Amino acid sequence: MEPVIKVTNVSKDYQSHQVLKNIDLTVNNNEIYGLLGPSGAGKTTLVKMIAGIETPTNGSISVLHSSMPSLNIMSQIGFMAQSDALYGELSGRENLEFFSAIYGLKGQKQKERIHQVSELVNLSKFLQKPVNQYSGGMKRRLSLAAALLHEPKILILDEPTVGIDPVLRQSIWDELYKLSKSGTTILVTTHVMDEAEKCGQLGMLRDGKLIASGTPQELKNVTSSASIEDAFLYYGGVQHEN
Amino acid sequence: MRIKALVIRIIRQFIRDKRTLAMMFIAPLFILTLVNLVFSSNDYEPKIGVISDQKVVDQLKSSDQAFTVYQNKSKAHQDLADEKLDAVIEVTFPSTTITLEGSNPTANKASILTIEKALKSIQTQDTNKIKGNSEIIYLHGSADMETFDYIGPFLIGFFIFFFVFLISGVSFLRERTSGTLERLLATPMRRWEMVVGYVLGFGIFTILQSAIIVSFAIYVLDIKMAGSIWLVTLITLMLAITALSLGTLLSAFAKNELQMIQFIPLIVVPQVFFSGLFSIETMADWLQPLSMIMPLTYGGKAIRDVMIQGDGLGMVYGNVLVLLVFSLLFMLLNVLALKKHRKL
Repeated sequence: MEPVIKVTNVSKDYQSHQVLKNIDLTVNNNEIYGLLGPSGAGKTTLVKMIAGIETPTNGSISVLHSSMPSLNIMSQIGFMAQSDALYGELSGRENLEFFSAIYGLKGQKQKERIHQVSELVNLSKFLQKPVNQYSGGMKRRLSLAAALLHEPKILILDEPTVGIDPVLRQSIWDELYKLSKSGTTILVTTHVMDEAEKCGQLGMLRDGKLIASGTPQELKNVTSSASIEDAFLYYGGVQHEN
Repeated sequence: MRIKALVIRIIRQFIRDKRTLAMMFIAPLFILTLVNLVFSSNDYEPKIGVISDQKVVDQLKSSDQAFTVYQNKSKAHQDLADEKLDAVIEVTFPSTTITLEGSNPTANKASILTIEKALKSIQTQDTNKIKGNSEIIYLHGSADMETFDYIGPFLIGFFIFFFVFLISGVSFLRERTSGTLERLLATPMRRWEMVVGYVLGFGIFTILQSAIIVSFAIYVLDIKMAGSIWLVTLITLMLAITALSLGTLLSAFAKNELQMIQFIPLIVVPQVFFSGLFSIETMADWLQPLSMIMPLTYGGKAIRDVMIQGDGLGMVYGNVLVLLVFSLLFMLLNVLALKKHRKL
């Protein structure tokens, strides 16, 4: 097990407000690591720092053995933001062409990758349509496709399955498993408890603190809970009692 | 490569947005036409140099304070060429020669009126000496030049500046509010690549815009054109690039489209007052240096010098260079401003 993401004692302040407090976490190669927590817990800030967009106030982050932020490493990260960062005037294909060109894909290789990722998210038939005519779920899928274009070693997905129907959600998770098996490390945030069970490793984030981490099974066993939700309540409750 | 991707994307987006395209290309033409139709002249106090013998000079000076005495004929004509004077009158009995600077039709009219009035008051005393045979010479322009010929060049510069500033500013702002800026900052794209990509992508449209507006003003509105149309297009293009880089820079300090529009009275409108459309000399002294930091001062003057006085590149390149420096400065500041969103 080789660690590819290492977050060491990271804190993040916005003005006087502390968003993250002394976070330590490690994500190993090929792993699907889930960051579970309610909105406002600091999930997005944490993944943005790992993706190299934000910098921590204290502590350090290394990805693929390089200290972040690093433009070089960023070309090996696929990032899917919480908001669908797409250009509404452009068609689905034009959006994918733009993002793939940013990562240096061109010609035949570019066409192939656009074809592959759009098949994967089930959008091949809608690529000619302007994105502002897409439904919410279609936009989510196109965002995911854009993050996969350059075959990144590390995939960071911020709430990827919001607004996606259960059937498609299952197919996206199947795809994530496949990517993970073929060597991609995946970091995914979610506030949906049952989705957390699909992850190999889980970190529970609440009020800027990592309150627990382990495999979903471990977390349930230790707290003798029936579900992840109960486990989360257990750890959250401990915080309250202190 | 990444810059090219950005340029292609901007062009595609722009072509889809028909209304914004219309605003960039048709709105300036519409307003220029309106101004052409409705503009009327206003009061103006001319400055006139007098070259003559002492007696007439004293009489002229006492009749109106617009007159300044020159002992040296070539000095007077030099001041006229430098636009320190609106007209020079030479009284060499029995004839009078009036040389008008000629760029500004309002100044021409005011000068002629002032001189005629003054001469009339003298004529009552020395009726025989000066008799109606005064000759009028135009240094630039001609008697049939209209007010629009004078203000038109400024307006071309101003409208291009205004629309490019607004459109580029809002587009760059939208990149931020829609989350795509953050998305781009998650890619290895460098901050300077983003700024250069934007300037190039929009630059292609501003080339078209400059060419269309300049041609429209000259061929359809029949504005006076003494110099090279290519040079005017080049200057308007430089002015547009300045507006483009300033708009994208300032969008960093706006949270939404409305706040971007709030920059118009703050940044764009003051430039109208300082751009030379209104006389800077009559403003309070402490206010005058402000015109130095306004891009439109340089652009407007250069366009006017070429269109009315027929100046070549050799005469206006200084102003064009200043615009280039402004653009580069704004682009550099924008690269720094983007640091707010990503340190690297």
